[in-house]
Amino acid sequence: MTEELIIAGFGGQGVLSMGKILAYSAIMQDQEVSWMPSYGPEMRGGTANVTVIISDDRISSPILTKYDTAIILNQQSMDKFENTVKPGGTLLYDPNGILAHPTRKDINIYRIAGSKLATEMGNAKVSNMIILGAYMKARPIVQLENVILGLKKSLPERYHHLIPLNESALTKGMDNLEEVQVL
Amino acid sequence: MADIKLMKGNEAIAEAAIRAGCDAYFGYPITPQSEVIEYLMMERPEDRTGMVVLQAESEIAAINMVYGAAGAGKKAMTSSSSPGISLKQEGISYIAGSELPAVIVNVVRGGPGLGTIQPSQADYFQTTKGGGHGDYRMYVLAPASVQEMVDFVDDAFEIAFKYRNPVMILSDGIIGQMMEKVELPPQKPRLSDKEIEERYGDWATIGKRKNRERNIITSLDLDPYKQEAHNHKLQEKYRLMQENELRYEMIDCDDADYIIVAYGSSARISQKAMNLAREKGYKVGIFRLITLFPFPSKPLNELAGRVKGFLAVEMSSGQMIEDVKLAIEGKAKAEHFGRYGGVVHSPEEVLEALENQIIKG
Amino acid sequence: MEIKDIIKPENLIYTKTKNMTDKPLSYCPGCGHGTAHNITMEVVEEMGITEDTIGVAPVGCSVLAYEFMNIDMTQAAHGRAPAVATGIKRVYPDKFVFTYQGDGDLAAIGGNETLHACNRGENIVIIFVNNGIYGMTGGQMAPTTLDGMKTSTSPYGREIETMGSPLKMTELIAQLPGVYYVTRQAVHTPQAVRKAKKAIRKAFEIQRDKKGLAFVEIVSNCNSGWKMEPVKANEWMVEHMFPYFPIGDIKVNGKLK
Repeated sequence: MTEELIIAGFGGQGVLSMGKILAYSAIMQDQEVSWMPSYGPEMRGGTANVTVIISDDRISSPILTKYDTAIILNQQSMDKFENTVKPGGTLLYDPNGILAHPTRKDINIYRIAGSKLATEMGNAKVSNMIILGAYMKARPIVQLENVILGLKKSLPERYHHLIPLNESALTKGMDNLEEVQVL
Repeated sequence: MADIKLMKGNEAIAEAAIRAGCDAYFGYPITPQSEVIEYLMMERPEDRTGMVVLQAESEIAAINMVYGAAGAGKKAMTSSSSPGISLKQEGISYIAGSELPAVIVNVVRGGPGLGTIQPSQADYFQTTKGGGHGDYRMYVLAPASVQEMVDFVDDAFEIAFKYRNPVMILSDGIIGQMMEKVELPPQKPRLSDKEIEERYGDWATIGKRKNRERNIITSLDLDPYKQEAHNHKLQEKYRLMQENELRYEMIDCDDADYIIVAYGSSARISQKAMNLAREKGYKVGIFRLITLFPFPSKPLNELAGRVKGFLAVEMSSGQMIEDVKLAIEGKAKAEHFGRYGGVVHSPEEVLEALENQIIKG
Repeated sequence: MEIKDIIKPENLIYTKTKNMTDKPLSYCPGCGHGTAHNITMEVVEEMGITEDTIGVAPVGCSVLAYEFMNIDMTQAAHGRAPAVATGIKRVYPDKFVFTYQGDGDLAAIGGNETLHACNRGENIVIIFVNNGIYGMTGGQMAPTTLDGMKTSTSPYGREIETMGSPLKMTELIAQLPGVYYVTRQAVHTPQAVRKAKKAIRKAFEIQRDKKGLAFVEIVSNCNSGWKMEPVKANEWMVEHMFPYFPIGDIKVNGKLK
């Protein structure tokens, strides 16, 4: 099994940390991972993206042009990455701020209202965890218990009290995944 | 229990330095490697092992602080990225000329000049052919994963002290910025001052003892005949490295008709290209350089006798290709492919180059 | 009385310090470097710190200082001695580390290293020999070359408008909080030598007591570079150098005078 994934959005939407938590979760499942961000000044207020690869085998290129899954959180990223999803692959997006919705017919398309649900939960910061939960439902590669373990390992002890909040955000995402087009 | 973490290449190399029993790190911030010094400052290795960390006023000062500490027999290290490494060349030449052990990390970015902060491999010539003035060589390790960023730090110090020679870990923006799963080694104790005196007391400047002549660290000898003799000694050292310390990895080369020669992140990208090529029925293997100096001329030459062609893949306009061509002595076709100036080639582009330039070309 | 009756330990009144080698000095006759070397090495011997002292030699006339100073020494790249000394001191905080630098090395090419080692308050001693010229390379203009002074790269005399003013590096670094002791001395008369030696002793004591950086400038001559006989060079130094680079303490116990 190899999952080649890109997560793309604005800086500050928790793109990089979502990728990091996902990578940590895969480690908890004894898998190989790589996490490759776009880096540099463009991240400050501009677009941010991260390529995450999860595999049972040694990972070759950390840099890709085609992905099994794209998680897209803003219009710029939609414009840039919709066409990079492999045929038969998966596109998951948060419709918040999206004007031109995906049009591909050869891929699975899912929606998750991450920012809206996060606001309803009273904490805008957990939107990335809601989206991660939705991804876990759409692509069952990492297990919830391993994500919790990953959070414990990656978060400093002083933030461990936030784990239950993150867990409920993950569950929220899993429960609210909308199927737009499933092949 | 294995100490497994998800770490950035830059952070991993910093943690590995602490665990290798490094005595001192001197650095200056530059993208894309600032996480090395940031991690060290955050981690406070002074409290963990007594390791010194200092932000210098420039790359020039940092490499000269390394020179001072290394001359005193301590495990000293610095890191930077391309423009900063250019500034360090003077110091590296002095370290080589004075025969001091030191580890220098270059997380390469695109150039020339201020260039870009994106990844590149265009410092190959600078790294392997000298860089600074005079006839000297660094031992050069090229990690292709975050795990190797960790493993090569201790290896680098071992070689540095074995040969009393500067060792460079030549990484790039991809390996530096990428996070991967790493298994961290156990903490190696730092040497005590007494142990340093026992091991290196015959050359290190630790204060003149009554029972010996003074120790002098210098690269100066105005007498050209003596300087030539010193150069002979250095060349002999480099020959010994060639003989004993060569490292490379051959991936699926046994049945291969075509070989991609690459190092660092290009080797990783090429591996994906190799997989794509094999899916199309081409028998492709990877020859991955782990040491760039010494260069694996002999194994490449042997391979040249039984394959149809080589594609040298590097994020430069064609630097390593020159050494590949020299190594294979015209026995097979050899071509270069690479994006550069901060652009990273994709596996698909590598495959296309392989098909057009080597297989069909 | 024969000579062997005279040469006896009990008759000994002066001896060369063991911290100077027997190698004849390569400096020009009349140059102040030999004396500056000698008093530095005497201080190290008298303080009983020879086994714990590491010197850093510069590039310039004193590039071969390690040939004459019988202690462990590192030769630094041009101007980098304060950085090299920082590297040594940081890994051996209890040892004594000093640099010995000329004006080109310390104030021109090494200006940044000097400034920042001083600003960090590195617990080292810097001995700065200022003769207003590049001696080793054959008498070129230094940052400390006086207004109107002729050198091989200012053959019509230093012109302030295009070449800048002579740099008072010592006054400059004295402003920095990390610097504990700054003094300017000379070695052209026995009295001056005694004072300079006292200043160097004080500098090493400051290092011993871990109080910060101690900086001793020694204004010296360069009779070859100045193209003067030694005695004349010393007279010229008193007449022209001292007014611009006045002898005396500049900062004591961390306080500007």
